[in-house]
Amino acid sequence: MDTNIANSNLKSEDYFINMGPQHPATHGVLRLLLTIDGEIIKKVEPDLGYIHRSIEKMCERDSYQQIVHLTDRMDYLSSHINNEAVCLTVENALQLEIPDRVKVIRTIIGELTRIASHTLWWGVMGMDVGALTTYFYGFRDREMINDIFEETCGARLTMNYNIPGGLMFDIHPNFVKRTKEFIAHFKTKLPEYDTLLTGNVIFQKRMKGVGILTKEDAISFGASGPVGRGSGYSCDVRKHHPYSALDKVTFNEALKTDGDSFARYQVRIEEMWESMSIIEQLIDNIPEGDVQVATNAVIKLPKGEFYQKVETARGELGVYINSTGTKNPYRLKFRSPGFSNLSLLNHIAVGGKIGDLVASMATLDLVIPDIDR
Amino acid sequence: MTNEALQNLISSWIPELEFTEEGSQFLNISVKPDQLHQLLSKLKSNTETSFDYLFCLTGIDYEKAMGIVYHLESTTHRHIIVVKVQTEDRENPTFDSVCDIWRTAEFHEREVFDFFGIKFNNHPNLKRLFLTEDWDGFPLRKDYVDEINMVIK
Repeated sequence: MDTNIANSNLKSEDYFINMGPQHPATHGVLRLLLTIDGEIIKKVEPDLGYIHRSIEKMCERDSYQQIVHLTDRMDYLSSHINNEAVCLTVENALQLEIPDRVKVIRTIIGELTRIASHTLWWGVMGMDVGALTTYFYGFRDREMINDIFEETCGARLTMNYNIPGGLMFDIHPNFVKRTKEFIAHFKTKLPEYDTLLTGNVIFQKRMKGVGILTKEDAISFGASGPVGRGSGYSCDVRKHHPYSALDKVTFNEALKTDGDSFARYQVRIEEMWESMSIIEQLIDNIPEGDVQVATNAVIKLPKGEFYQKVETARGELGVYINSTGTKNPYRLKFRSPGFSNLSLLNHIAVGGKIGDLVASMATLDLVIPDIDR
Repeated sequence: MTNEALQNLISSWIPELEFTEEGSQFLNISVKPDQLHQLLSKLKSNTETSFDYLFCLTGIDYEKAMGIVYHLESTTHRHIIVVKVQTEDRENPTFDSVCDIWRTAEFHEREVFDFFGIKFNNHPNLKRLFLTEDWDGFPLRKDYVDEINMVIK
């Protein structure tokens, strides 16, 4: 009998395992079908649709005011920016002149949203790679932003503060004071993030050289947000296609060229500093004026096609509206950042270990309802 | 490049393209299905246009036809263009896949197949993405009816 297994007639087959749909590292209901050889990943196939609600079909039935409320159920951590994207598309189509006060308030809250999203990401990403403490630090700081939102918008997560034509109501009298308090607080706390996690040797070994994405691949896969910028791809919509008050502020686009998980991590940390700088430039100079311009009770867009892109905490969100001149869009498409960022997961995970997949996926910062829509 | 310069250059490659800027903030090109892949691959490979970023791929049911809208941007020149293609075949609409030009198209085309039933030649893995394999029909088509799950006005 031949004792050498490699030369024997024993048949070998690929081994499949399921990661998700309830795996904690997928942060929602995403199922990954892994083909593995021992501990090495040969293929990652995402299975989507567990939280698909057909938002695009619902939009074809709804009025433009109603559509705004659906969008914060996509990427719920960037809800304000999603609302803004639809409002901007409708306002541009109607050629409305939006007051400066609205633009500045939208930008400040948008950047607060980005910080809130990144603090939550930082907390859960530490948890994914085994550092449970970060979770509590991240949520501590995010709580202050949620309190500001609660006071001004009436909600902590799905804010619905934007309407086509402006804002639902003016900011709360405490808004400026509490935002400044938060910035002062967070400036002393953000260095703690580096002390706790960034410099940790175990953490760095989990992140460096893992999940490498080159700049060419990033562009080809349609990567955007911190995922693209971690590969040295300048893709910040706030820089290239500024909207609201973003053309009035100066900030640096966080760019790293390594393309690994650690680069994507560093980009998000740097972005929090930049967001604070944007808020500081605007918070003392909120112009006086109206917070709404009048629109018809029934908004009808002119016949044509309208596209608006914005930078959410995850990357480029695009809204494409094809209108036939009625009160509903004929076709509305959301180009969501998570959808394109997920499509490159197989590319960066193949050849690595399952533990590396968890680390890579954490730095993609996926929000599943944003992908499934 | 300006829209005018783009139009002059691109029309010199394939003469029978239709250009319009009406009702859109971008330059729109309408192309016939059999010239689609040739045009898109030239738009990316030519160094003057260099449209290397496909940022949106949308399927549309025009009722009389099925169509796709490609939104392209160049990360070097920062110009944007929109390419549209249509077919009147609603039973078996098929276009050439652009997965080999932009890898992001693989997921986007699966999404279009899932919701519109539009097929793509040479796609490496064309199957439903969000819905289950045994789902009946294509929900984003205008004539789709699902009496149980849809709230009908």
